[in-house]
Amino acid sequence: MAKFRDVAAFDESGDAGYTMMPWRFTALDNERCVATNMAGEYIAMSREEVSDFASGRLTVDYDLYSDLKAKHFLIDADTDVAVDLLALKVRTKLAPLANFTGLHIFVTTLRCEHSCPYCQVSRANDDKREFDMTEETAMRALDLVFRSPSPTIKIEFQGGESLLNMAMIRFIVAEALRRNETAQRNLAFVIATNLAILDEEMLAFAREHGILMSTSLDGPADLHNRNRPRPGKDSHEKAIDGIRRARTALGHYNVGALMTTTAASLSRVREIIDEYVRLDFGGIFLRPLSPYGFAIKTKTYAAYDQKKWLDFYFEGLDYIIDLNLDGHEFIEHYAAMVLKKMLTPLQTSYVDLMSPAGIGIGAIVYNYDGTVYASDESRMLAEMGDTTFALGNVHENDFADIMLGDALLNPLEQSFAGSVPGCSWCAFEPWCGAEPVFHHATQGDFVGKKPLSSFCTRNMAVFRGLILRMEANPDIKRMFERWANIV
Amino acid sequence: MITLRGRSVEFNPAAMESGSPLLRLTTNRTRPAPLRAAEGFVHEGGDMPDGFGWYLLKATEAMTLVPPGVPAAVLPAEFDHLADGDVVRLEPSRGGLRTLFRKAVPYNHFLLTERCNNYCLMCSQPPRTVEDGWIVDEILEALPLMDRQATEIGFTGGEPTLLGDRFIELVRAAGSHLPTTALHILSNGRTFANGTLARDLGAIRHHDLMMGIPVYADLAHVHDHVVQANGAFDETIRGILALKAHGVRVEVRVVLQQQTIARLVPLARFLARNLLFIDHVALMGLELTGFARANLDQIWIDPIDYQAELVEAVGILDRAGLKTSIYNSQTCVLAPSIRRFARRSISDWKQDYMPECSGCLGRNGCGGFFASAKLRYSRAISPITEQAT
Repeated sequence: MAKFRDVAAFDESGDAGYTMMPWRFTALDNERCVATNMAGEYIAMSREEVSDFASGRLTVDYDLYSDLKAKHFLIDADTDVAVDLLALKVRTKLAPLANFTGLHIFVTTLRCEHSCPYCQVSRANDDKREFDMTEETAMRALDLVFRSPSPTIKIEFQGGESLLNMAMIRFIVAEALRRNETAQRNLAFVIATNLAILDEEMLAFAREHGILMSTSLDGPADLHNRNRPRPGKDSHEKAIDGIRRARTALGHYNVGALMTTTAASLSRVREIIDEYVRLDFGGIFLRPLSPYGFAIKTKTYAAYDQKKWLDFYFEGLDYIIDLNLDGHEFIEHYAAMVLKKMLTPLQTSYVDLMSPAGIGIGAIVYNYDGTVYASDESRMLAEMGDTTFALGNVHENDFADIMLGDALLNPLEQSFAGSVPGCSWCAFEPWCGAEPVFHHATQGDFVGKKPLSSFCTRNMAVFRGLILRMEANPDIKRMFERWANIV
Repeated sequence: MITLRGRSVEFNPAAMESGSPLLRLTTNRTRPAPLRAAEGFVHEGGDMPDGFGWYLLKATEAMTLVPPGVPAAVLPAEFDHLADGDVVRLEPSRGGLRTLFRKAVPYNHFLLTERCNNYCLMCSQPPRTVEDGWIVDEILEALPLMDRQATEIGFTGGEPTLLGDRFIELVRAAGSHLPTTALHILSNGRTFANGTLARDLGAIRHHDLMMGIPVYADLAHVHDHVVQANGAFDETIRGILALKAHGVRVEVRVVLQQQTIARLVPLARFLARNLLFIDHVALMGLELTGFARANLDQIWIDPIDYQAELVEAVGILDRAGLKTSIYNSQTCVLAPSIRRFARRSISDWKQDYMPECSGCLGRNGCGGFFASAKLRYSRAISPITEQAT
């Protein structure tokens, strides 16, 4: 029998030093740093270790050396397949870009019977039909929808209260289905609604066409009703009843809910989460308030700063983690989307966390009047008088005008996190979003000064918070791995 | 244990003049006449139907019933399992019989070559540098005789891909003659690294092909040590990438042994992060034959001592959505949380149980042991005496 050689005979790792692949680092806490590779894989290490690695002093006998090598932070004389794998992972992260726009938002009407002070679009009096989308506008918008090469097309109806123009929802669904007989896309519909005027006929229609529903639920009744006034002060009751009826008609998991955070929410995160647990939702999205629309006009946005929101967020996250550790599976969606970027080779389609930005090329909005906006936030900005992100109008512009015009390409190009100051050298860049609309709204340009950006402050804190928690507890790491793979 | 080959077959004089035929066997007395000349009739008593090319007898006395001048053989009792639809090679000059295909089993596998470019510490089929091209000819001859309802066949080695174009020819023939049968091929994947063979394999568009390829660590030198070939890791990984790029399904196989446990958890993370597009991961207990026997002290780790790593690795793979199986394990040793990933993977002719297993209520769901495990097995083997609730 031939002689077998021992492991040293196959290990050329230390023969000629190592070559660093692109990597970045930043402080994690007082002792440790977090380093990331090009594809967003991370390793927590001490400051001394960062220094040793960066200066070429790290030797093969460190455990850290093996981890850095296995995660493609370095190559050495032993192996160079890391280059192929790293390139593959970067391609995989960017691959969804080629699909182009998947989410198409139709504002069927601006009318609404609620009068929420935080509302991010101007509401209009309930009976003014000039705020409704017409069939002609819908037909032109659908021309644009089906010009997108995306194999998956999701059409989402928003308002105002989208159901107040149910006739238009029926028209668009029928017309989209008709066109899809030849277009053959994976086509889905979502109705965003407060459910207050939901009737059985609407439910039957939604059921027939497999339409999902997404509603607003801000927490317990008093908080919800305070945030979301309507005649009768019964928004919460209507929402709960609507959720129940919609689940019966459409299936339990085909009804989603989103909460909006206000100053009144900040001390009540556990009660808000409990409300979602009580109603048997699989998770909650603890959302920051965005600086658009009535939120700014009414000073709601200024009423609390990022620090307060972060305290609210982490109190909620830790509460949810405890629920899971105690055996009840429940996820926090913002964390889950970030974790998907951190822990898997895949990408999320959440517009705020995309770079290049998701505006226009991830999601696009067709307003009731035919104006095409780069995102939901873009139309909120326009309602405040800033039309920077109005890309054109379905009656006047064609697909090329809208998708290749400066109004879209300039912010996309300028804000790309991989090349802007403050982001290009940030260890968290692989997980973060470009957000040109936010930075334009708050700082007046697409890039913004990141140290002054609450978007940056918030995400940096969330990234660190998630890493600290999973580095401290293997059970939390396992939980996070699971979350990362179910959103 | 079932005997697949033997040298104690008694042949009649006509057989000694009839070369070494490859035969499909039948017990069907009403076979269509045009097929009989190419088949062997297995006589289990009663009249002897005429017209068959060969007769295989269970009793010496039946020899008198064989039509004069027709080749015949008497099968020893160890070949009682031979049945309708099986395919055998008869070798009268040395009293030999080799079973190539058994219709009754769900999985038949074929060794394509003994040559290999790896030299794994635990190889159960130690490679030999021999000219064995005749094997390919034999399998190409046998494939048309195999039952078209077969569930799955396997190609193993040695390293099948070293056959180059002849490997491609075999896969094409398997797809052609067995149009609904799954084909599983064990390969180290290295030959696919440059993309040419992967392209040719993908171009066959076999209807149900899976390449089983070993990856033993996330670190190159650890893998290269296990397979005793420098540079093998990089070639294997590039081979997997090339196969997937050409639409060929890939199963990653990890043998659980002393050298692979330390990096098992990082390996699971590596697979989930870099090779999420693979189709299956099999985590496999040792089979103590071949080099595994020679290197036993070096490669052995008691499975009870790697359960923590195995639980973590299976969890990582499962959470990532990778289809994951544990092969060659025993229920009583596996941590309860991962028992649902265990498959009964040991072929019937190799499967065995130990004295400790007597009285165990879990045997029906347990993979049992390779017969070779008598040499060494886990100290944690003990009968399950209470039904799981």
